[in-house]
Amino acid sequence: MATLEIKGLHVEIEGKEILKGVDLTINTDEIHAIMGPNGTGKSTLAQAIMGHPRYEVTAGTITLDGEDVLEMEVDERAKAGLFLAMQYPSEVAGVTNADFLRSAINARREEGDEVPLMSFIRELDAKMETLEMHEDMATRYLNEGFSGGEKKRNEILQLMMLQPKFAVLDEIDSGLDIDALRIVSKGINEMRGEGFGCLIITHYQRLLEYITPDYVHVMAAGKVVKTGGPELAQKLEEEGYDWVYEELGIEETKEQEV
Amino acid sequence: MTVETKLALTEQDVRSFSEKMNEATWMTDFRADAFAKLEQLPMPKPDKTRIDRWNFTQFPTHVVESDVYANLTDLPEEARALFSEDKEHNVYVQHNNTPAYTSLTEDLKAKGVILTDIFTATREHEELLKKYYMTDGVKVDEHKLTALNAAYMNGGVFVYVPKNVIVEEPIQALFYHDNEDASLFNHVIVVAEANSSVTYIENYMSTVEVAKGQVNIVAEAFAGDNAQLTFGAVDVLPEGFTTFVSRRGITARDSRVDWALGLMNDGDTIAENITHLIGDGSESHLKTVVVGRGKQRQNFTTEIISFGKNTNGMILKHGVVKDESTAIFNGIGKIEQGGVGSNAEQESRLLILSDRARADANPILLIEEDEVTAGHAATVGRVDPLELFYLMSRGIEKEEAERLIIRGFLEPVVAELKAEGVKNLLAEVIERKLR
Repeated sequence: MATLEIKGLHVEIEGKEILKGVDLTINTDEIHAIMGPNGTGKSTLAQAIMGHPRYEVTAGTITLDGEDVLEMEVDERAKAGLFLAMQYPSEVAGVTNADFLRSAINARREEGDEVPLMSFIRELDAKMETLEMHEDMATRYLNEGFSGGEKKRNEILQLMMLQPKFAVLDEIDSGLDIDALRIVSKGINEMRGEGFGCLIITHYQRLLEYITPDYVHVMAAGKVVKTGGPELAQKLEEEGYDWVYEELGIEETKEQEV
Repeated sequence: MTVETKLALTEQDVRSFSEKMNEATWMTDFRADAFAKLEQLPMPKPDKTRIDRWNFTQFPTHVVESDVYANLTDLPEEARALFSEDKEHNVYVQHNNTPAYTSLTEDLKAKGVILTDIFTATREHEELLKKYYMTDGVKVDEHKLTALNAAYMNGGVFVYVPKNVIVEEPIQALFYHDNEDASLFNHVIVVAEANSSVTYIENYMSTVEVAKGQVNIVAEAFAGDNAQLTFGAVDVLPEGFTTFVSRRGITARDSRVDWALGLMNDGDTIAENITHLIGDGSESHLKTVVVGRGKQRQNFTTEIISFGKNTNGMILKHGVVKDESTAIFNGIGKIEQGGVGSNAEQESRLLILSDRARADANPILLIEEDEVTAGHAATVGRVDPLELFYLMSRGIEKEEAERLIIRGFLEPVVAELKAEGVKNLLAEVIERKLR
């Protein structure tokens, strides 16, 4: 079992503090969901875990099995087992999806031990079939001209090919129609199990009907303010967030999403 | 100190060379006329690059004699690799200044296609060559360097495709340079007559580490009514050469001239690529990629001029500069009076990889007509940190991620080149220059 532990995390962007002491522990074989309205710091948490260049950690720690994640370069975090499915994946012209994936897989292997081309293609084909992606997506340039739904599927394809220990899925459900949501969930559920932990960031309970979380957390004003089981998501869907704020006696302070 | 502009040759030298190459007399006279104009013609003035101290006129010797090749398999390995394994026809190889191998399929010969060195063409295809050689394309008296090309011409190829003939397999030309004293004053003419179609790809390759000569290339491409002409080029000329290269296209009605240019020289270079969309409904797509490294200075002018109605000119330029190199990109979309319904688009993207490298993009639109569309996009900057973050977040090291992004950035021209060997060469040269 591996553990990703976040303690007292404070994060700023351009001098503005967004996260104000986040505590969260995720083990492999667990699915966590973080819910909360826009501007409460959910995406900031995701980006900070992966090491986005614009986000500055000012206090707190992130460790993976005791190793200091914050000391690692972005690629080292990935090689240590972290993965972020991005809300807005970059488009990289001229680099095919397949070439990119192969580079990413080979980056995890020793020189001279690169993944054999045929087995790579077989695996890619199989995962693309699961995600009901058209086969030309492999030879298209990375995310270039992809629709919103195609980009999300492509993020999950990368997740399935790279098999990380921990994945953070940043609003993987936004902009997906019900069919795409079902397909994306199928991919994530295939990953579910021993050796895989997941943090799902979402506004909506909808996704959690397909992927049942073990834990649901609510974020407000840059902190995790409440934790429960799947029933918490249901309640949030039905009753909104006001009761959480009232219960905890916190003022609803929405901040600008960055 | 100013560079000596005294000419290296006399009129008599020029005439003697022409006779030695058994050229038709019209060409001998043509050279002599151009020579007479040399003195008073000014140097070109590429926008934003001062070239008054560049040496374009001095070189060790006008012509070197080199071996010919009986078969393509006799070519050195790196040159052989440009051609697919089974290819032996539709090829012209020039070894320094010597026409060294020419082969065209019997089928194409029977259809009237011409592929021959430029000297032979002056004799055997006099009327045709005269019609196109520095008439409607590049003019002798544009400036000193065009006249210099006309007078000193010491190599080149003539490609002619008669009307209604479709040439499926690309015609490839290799200009192979392996003598440090050799200079290249090449002239290339490619003609696609009405309703014909051809792809011509030329390569400049050298084994010399530091060249001592000059490069002055003029290439003229003509597409007749409804013809399709694709012109690919990969220039890989070494340090030491001062290069002037002018590639020009002329389109008739409903025709199309497309360019895919990988400009990978290591020496100082002035490169211009200009297409005149003369015929109504004609079109040109120009794609060019460039890498500058070391201390080289380069100036690239790309221009598409619409004369005809409903013409379409698209320019895409991607350049990378590193080390202490300088590159200027002048992109001009011009619509002349009468070019109603035409479209002029251009996109210039430049990546700067070092603090001491310099790149300028100068997009210019010159519109003399109403009811047209035009646009340009230009960016100059570093590798996008978010793209870098994205690739690194999948475990790819920073250096490798940058390499992938830059390689992708230069991919548009690689993808356009229709010969696998040439594609591979350009990809390899890009890797080498970026290392």
